[in-house]
Amino acid sequence: MSVRNWLDERFGWDDLIAPLRKKTVPLHKLSYWYFLGGITLFLFVIQVLTGILLLLYYRPGANEAFESVQYIMTRVRFGWLIRSIHSWSANLMIFTAFAHMFSVLFLKAYRKPRELTWVSGVILLFLVMGFGFSGYLLPWNTLAFFATKVGTEITGQVPAIGKPLMIFLRGGEEVTGATLTRFFGFHVAVLPGLATVLILLHLLLVQRLGISIPPQLEMKWTANPSAKREMKFLPNFLLRELMAWYVALGVLGALAAVFPWNLGIKADPFVSAPAGIKPEWYFLFMFQTLKLIPPKVWFIDGEIVGVLAFGLIGLLWLLLPFFESDQPSHMKRWITGLSVFALAYVVGMSVYGYLAK
Amino acid sequence: MAILRNKLRSFSAARYVGLAGFIVFAACLSYGQTTNSCLDCHSALPDPLGVSQEKFSQDIHAQKGLTCASCHGGDPTSDDPDKAMSRKAGWKGKIDRKQIPQLCGTCHSDPAYIRQFNPSLRTDQLGQYRTSVHGKRFAAGDTKVAVCTDCHSVHDLRAPSDPRSTVNPVNVANTCARCHSDASYMKGYSIPTDQFAKYSTSMHHEALAVRGDLSAPTCTTCHGNHGAAPPGVDKVQNVCSNCHTFQAQMYEKSSHKKAFEAASLPECVVCHSNHGIRHPTDAMLGTGPDAVCMRCHTPGDACDQARAGLQNALSQLDAAIKSADRVLGVAESSGMEVSEARLGQNQARDSLTKARVTIHSFRTDLVDQDIQAGMKIAAKNLQAGKEAMIERNHRRFGLGISLIAIGMVLAGLWLYIKKIES
Repeated sequence: MSVRNWLDERFGWDDLIAPLRKKTVPLHKLSYWYFLGGITLFLFVIQVLTGILLLLYYRPGANEAFESVQYIMTRVRFGWLIRSIHSWSANLMIFTAFAHMFSVLFLKAYRKPRELTWVSGVILLFLVMGFGFSGYLLPWNTLAFFATKVGTEITGQVPAIGKPLMIFLRGGEEVTGATLTRFFGFHVAVLPGLATVLILLHLLLVQRLGISIPPQLEMKWTANPSAKREMKFLPNFLLRELMAWYVALGVLGALAAVFPWNLGIKADPFVSAPAGIKPEWYFLFMFQTLKLIPPKVWFIDGEIVGVLAFGLIGLLWLLLPFFESDQPSHMKRWITGLSVFALAYVVGMSVYGYLAK
Repeated sequence: MAILRNKLRSFSAARYVGLAGFIVFAACLSYGQTTNSCLDCHSALPDPLGVSQEKFSQDIHAQKGLTCASCHGGDPTSDDPDKAMSRKAGWKGKIDRKQIPQLCGTCHSDPAYIRQFNPSLRTDQLGQYRTSVHGKRFAAGDTKVAVCTDCHSVHDLRAPSDPRSTVNPVNVANTCARCHSDASYMKGYSIPTDQFAKYSTSMHHEALAVRGDLSAPTCTTCHGNHGAAPPGVDKVQNVCSNCHTFQAQMYEKSSHKKAFEAASLPECVVCHSNHGIRHPTDAMLGTGPDAVCMRCHTPGDACDQARAGLQNALSQLDAAIKSADRVLGVAESSGMEVSEARLGQNQARDSLTKARVTIHSFRTDLVDQDIQAGMKIAAKNLQAGKEAMIERNHRRFGLGISLIAIGMVLAGLWLYIKKIES
């Protein structure tokens, strides 16, 4: 008796994967964008696995965190590789998550009936950025310490709830060992829990609703069904996805071996912040925008205006599919224009922030 | 409407009560206020009689509640110049230069008086001044020498801790230089006037003025302030040792101590000079233009050989540290974690510094101990750097193998896909 038969007899394995066998993937010149979601998922799995390994040695605490990461990097066998892969895959995951979001946006894959897939995906992107923000502090080095200080200070600018929220995040008025312990908790328990639930929901929705076809192609295929081209998800698309994962693994390995993730200098709360301190690249467009806003906008503090504006934009971004028509022939052109502008703004402002002194 | 009228009526009543209160308050204020009529006129006068309100408000004395009358006498409450500046009211007019030290000393030599303003402020300035070269010449009738106001300024005199004060450590050298660098002013005193020019090129000046290290010495650190006098030839070491403790201890036990004493040579100054002290280098032990040993010693003698040995030892350790730094730098730029070895390099550098300090003992055996300790640490760090480089190469080799394996899997998958799709 094969393993497959054994499983089938006990909980109907064949019935379980039957939807996957029926599932097809539209085949067209933009099909390769469909791989991005899978690559992001693969990188998330890498994050979980390397994160668990790092937990074997990492110690959260102002007096131990830096030393424990240093120990991982220098003494633990392949510790440098695990930590470097964890850091690099985190950054690649955020990059692919952004790329996945913009590909969905440009291919109009968010429109009815896939609004909830979009909503869960955008929330996942926010969570991934939360992973980045909380994880960045964990090695307790100088850059991370001051980036967290600046980041939580910006949170404190939110009217009414900002100050209590900042104290909640910091575990007090200042960034201390208490902040590190909290961020560790968010990073290894709260965020993974939420992310896992949302990823399952996201995948379930993708499975239930199938893969979207770009509107123009959809109209063409509706008019001429014989022109429709598809690929079986299992095994054809999955094997190609597997190839993409292997490529991602190779890139990760190369980055980790040639550019091991720097440890930096241990944080010292009593020294002044290094000159020109900047957040991680994925927060740079927001950071640079806040820097460019004048101190006072009318009578309101400029930073508050910026924080509120980003909050509002985030909310509207989340609800974007609800402004779109479900008819391929009635796509809103302003949404496409807005998407192009958003991509240009994020890229342009990030580059500007990187180059600015 | 009636309600509104009533409200307005009560508002008017409140306004009158408020106005009356303000008048009473203003009257109380004007009653308690003391006028300083001196500034009313002198703020409008040109120099040297002019003292602006703004300038005087910066003066530490004004801030402590003293007025013009505290030094000049008179009646500052009177608006009538004749009454305000009447001899009857104790008006002294311009303070005679000969009276300045004594006048300042009236308060500054009175511990009970000074204590009420600043209990930690010393009250021996006048006594010290009398022992200084300035004070002695002044007592002998030379009024060109510095008195209190020459250094501390007047009417805008600030506490020494104030960076704008003329006697703040950063400004002291400029203050002294106003007279001591003025060749025409110093004519007749038969002392050089290039001290400030030399000091400006010194490492002490660089530490104080450029790096802002307020512990670095300025004129008063070595010469004293109120009791300013040049240190005697045999007392130079006592001055330098206030900061350079270890060098002084080494020198104290050295053979040079007795030799310099016998030859009446000014100790530290013989090798390091005085005002223009440069950053010491190992070249001082050499035979080139910066060499100091060979100014006295004969080439080829035992001391010359010891000198060469010391210089060679220092150079070896310096080269070993730089070599380890180079390898560690390459390893670090390759992403290798070598912070422990980097930290260890500081220990090696400490050994080098210690060896340079021990040079002041002029004993090769003592210097060699520090050199050997440093060499051992530098060698260990160099080894750590080399191991990091080997590890880096292992990683890259491992990466190459992994990429080949991944490439083979990709090729296999591609062939399989082609097979099932054909």
